[in-house]
Amino acid sequence: MPRETHKYFKFDWITIILFLMLVGFGWLNIVSASHTEYTIDYFDFSQSYGKQLIFIFLTFGLIVLLLAIDAKFYERFSSIIYIISMLSLVGLFVFGKNVNGATSWYGIGGMTIQPSEFAKTATALAVAKYVSDLNTNIKTFKDQIKTFIIIGTPAVLVLLQNDTGSTIVYGAFFFVLYREGLPKIYLNIAVALILISVLSLKFGGIITSIIGASLIFGYYFLNRRKTSFVLTILAFIATVAISFSIKFFYNSVLQPHQKDRISLWLRLEKDPEKLQRMKQTFAYNLNESEKAISSGGLTGRGYLEGTRTTGKFVPEQHTDYIFSTVGEEWGFIGSSMVVILFVLLLLRILHLAELQKSQFSRIYGYSVASIIFIHFFINIGMVMGLIPTIGIPLPLFSYGGSGLWAFTILLFIFIKLDSNRINEW
Amino acid sequence: MRQFLLYISIILVGLLFISRLFYLQVYTSSEQSLFEDNAIRKVYDYPKRGFVYDRNGKLLVANQPSYDVMVIPREVKPLDTVEFCNLLKINKEKFKEIYQRAYRYSPRLPSVFIAQLSKEDYAVLQEKMRKFEGFYIQKRSLRHYQTTIGANVLGDIGEVNHAIIRKDPYYKMGDLIGKDGVEASYEDVLRGVKGIKFIQKDRFNRNIGPYKDGIYDTLPQPGKDITITIDADLQAYGERLMQNKRGGIIAIEPSSGEILAMISAPTYNPNQLVGRERSKNFSKLYTDTIAKPLFNRSLLAQYPPGSPFKVLNALIGLQERVVTPQERFSCRMGYYLGSRRLTGCHHHTSPLDMTNGIAQSCNAYFANVYRRIIEKYDSPKKGMDVWSDHVKSFGLGNYLGYDLKVGSKGRVPDGDFYDRWYGKGRWVSTYNISNAIGQGEVEATPIQLANMVAAIGNRGYFYTPHIIKSIENDTVDSKYTTPKFTSIDKENFEPIIQGMYDVYNKGTASFIRVPGIEICGKTGTAENFVKIDGVKTQLTDHSIFVAFAPKDNPKIALAVFVENGYWGSRFAGKIASLIIEKYIKGEITRTDLEDWILKHSLEHEYAKPYSGKPFKINGETTLQVIE
Repeated sequence: MPRETHKYFKFDWITIILFLMLVGFGWLNIVSASHTEYTIDYFDFSQSYGKQLIFIFLTFGLIVLLLAIDAKFYERFSSIIYIISMLSLVGLFVFGKNVNGATSWYGIGGMTIQPSEFAKTATALAVAKYVSDLNTNIKTFKDQIKTFIIIGTPAVLVLLQNDTGSTIVYGAFFFVLYREGLPKIYLNIAVALILISVLSLKFGGIITSIIGASLIFGYYFLNRRKTSFVLTILAFIATVAISFSIKFFYNSVLQPHQKDRISLWLRLEKDPEKLQRMKQTFAYNLNESEKAISSGGLTGRGYLEGTRTTGKFVPEQHTDYIFSTVGEEWGFIGSSMVVILFVLLLLRILHLAELQKSQFSRIYGYSVASIIFIHFFINIGMVMGLIPTIGIPLPLFSYGGSGLWAFTILLFIFIKLDSNRINEW
Repeated sequence: MRQFLLYISIILVGLLFISRLFYLQVYTSSEQSLFEDNAIRKVYDYPKRGFVYDRNGKLLVANQPSYDVMVIPREVKPLDTVEFCNLLKINKEKFKEIYQRAYRYSPRLPSVFIAQLSKEDYAVLQEKMRKFEGFYIQKRSLRHYQTTIGANVLGDIGEVNHAIIRKDPYYKMGDLIGKDGVEASYEDVLRGVKGIKFIQKDRFNRNIGPYKDGIYDTLPQPGKDITITIDADLQAYGERLMQNKRGGIIAIEPSSGEILAMISAPTYNPNQLVGRERSKNFSKLYTDTIAKPLFNRSLLAQYPPGSPFKVLNALIGLQERVVTPQERFSCRMGYYLGSRRLTGCHHHTSPLDMTNGIAQSCNAYFANVYRRIIEKYDSPKKGMDVWSDHVKSFGLGNYLGYDLKVGSKGRVPDGDFYDRWYGKGRWVSTYNISNAIGQGEVEATPIQLANMVAAIGNRGYFYTPHIIKSIENDTVDSKYTTPKFTSIDKENFEPIIQGMYDVYNKGTASFIRVPGIEICGKTGTAENFVKIDGVKTQLTDHSIFVAFAPKDNPKIALAVFVENGYWGSRFAGKIASLIIEKYIKGEITRTDLEDWILKHSLEHEYAKPYSGKPFKINGETTLQVIE
């Protein structure tokens, strides 16, 4: 096997090349989205793109370090890494710095670090460690609860810091647990919950109840021998209860900006005057980003030629809305390439994860794929108006040192684990 | 199975994203040009509009600067409003009102605060402008008419409408375009080409610099000056003579087809359609549906040509060899078919040959000639078609192709026309004998008649009448320098021209001879009717006169229509002779004749159909004199 012939070939170069392509292309788009002068000095470190260049160079050092550490280290120290990470999140309540309404940053000198980005990696290690333990059986309720606590702790901590987007990312672990044997009922309940909420908000409780009832009773009469009547009735009652209480949840638990975003997504507002006002206020970003993407056409305006990008029509374009730059300047062909690159990267990680012989590596690899997938889905879906606005970055692409390093660490720990899989046999 | 959930999710999301991208970027995308991109501000640099000169080099239309006070509400700092209001001559309430309107439009974008300041106000304001932050002065260019005449020739410019913008992408909202007259005909030449600057905007609509360092920007090309064929003095004189009358005059130089004067009465001062009062004045002119000052009578009004048309019938008779100049026809105060009188006539000696037939304008003479033309061929339809083709070769019955925007076809009937009217083969020449004397179905506009006279003066050809004399650094369309030949041979013109000459010497216009100029003319008196409350009512006849002078190598040919002026030499003939004298001699020797025209008004005639009372016409009326 070539992997055994030379020590450098044991790393999965396909993943590394995909990683480099995404980071490189991402940086080009950050240049476009953040430059202010016509002549671009790529090494102007006062500009966002210059800073990002430093971050990228530092990343290479980080990669060497990550790959140099013994693979066993990550498994053995996963609990400690997790605990340190949780402490850093708790510490934010005391030392945190508030940026854009979220208390998620530590200010160190001129730099800011967002510990929640690194907490994902720590949680992935902890989950991999716990679930792969011989004493853990994910099919038992007790161990399910323990796993949920491991995942839920950072999720709740970032939620308290007003960083809802990052909380949702922890939902990624559902894919991992499901792969490892979490009962199907969780999947069913999760899908049912999402469907009922969306339907009741859009069409009201009565219609949702009727649809729910026909589906539940239809299922019951088709599978009468195997299905308990009591459970069927309970499912129906639950459906009705959720259908009618979701409005209450929507109105009193959600914050106004979250309500607006959902209302925009589900097109709940019919009044044209209010719609117009929405377009000027909170829907502005989405509106501009869709227009920018749309104006790219098939082949795009060309690099640095996007007028909406140059005119800074899309706020936060170099961070969360970086994909709209790709859309405007590289067009359908370029944007589709980015989507395909992400899909290839994700499939490659999954493929490698399935090849792992140790359960820890497999679970960790699965976590990496799931976390990147959720970011990819939410970010690009948001920028194109497919899902409500949730502010999380596009992995490897968006501007920001913490994010880049966090994803690099997440990914390269897995590459290191993967390179080590022959030794474990 | 379980490991496939994430695989499938990833692939599905990938497909979903690509289809969404396809929808946004390919299916609904309007790939934008720079012009449609609203992230790019297009700033136009308007060139100077070309000047208009008359044939003698007199400047008629120039440009004048106009000053708009602009405001950007966000940038306004507290100011001495009392002083500012005094300078602008407004009160404080007005100031507040305009300011708030501007603020509502946009706090960041400039709005017009006060439009079109006078030069005097501008001079005072300019010195103190630095005190008023957020306000600035924007210079615009307006037309400046150096004259009060020729509104129908010069035309005007106004803002483009949506229809024009849709048709021609050169024009953008708020651009000016020639609406009428030479401003419209020579719009492309006069306007020049505007320059454009592309400026990158940011999301607050602020300029952040030239797009791509200005590589797509263009410089404006100034409009070209034009010289028109109008003689401003002659035009002014004609307009003066036509005061208190309605009608049209066209004077043409036969040797070139250049239009020397184009008068439509009533008219207006072109300066009325410039500046702050434009829309108010325009609607005033536009809604005057009785006098119709915006209706260019010299080009648009179709009148029955009356007796001047007789000369054409004489020419056709000679060309078709159905009559000789020497042949005489008798007249018994009209033309009789059996015992029925088809047309009447006035008192004159009888019988008459061709020259005298024209000079005395004998109806019976031309009824005879007309019948012979139509009856020469096997069927009256064939005869009618031959006649019609001859008439049309003089430019009647269709658009002449001159370089002004408006026009009428006039009407020259042919065989098919009467076949449709009476039924196939169910008519003969006596059915439409009125065509012999220019009544009946024939209709023509003043410019068509003037052109017809020019063709007669040239003995058989004409140049398409035109208003353009020269364009700066450019050539005039060659169609105006190629002669068009009529279907009448040159030698046939002499007896007719002699007849027209005799009109002045011994005929219907003998009392308005101009000493020293050999004029050939023809009077015309055309019956006309209107419907009043559904009843066809006859009005006083139109006074018509056509002429060219001098007899050999004519310098001017003209047609004069005076609505309801009664017989031909009563108004039209006098006006024609004065215009000829003015043009050829440069001065008026017969001031009594001039005074007579200036002192007599026809306004009372024009009021009659609207008076609601029964009224008298023609010989039973008296003329209105202005004291």
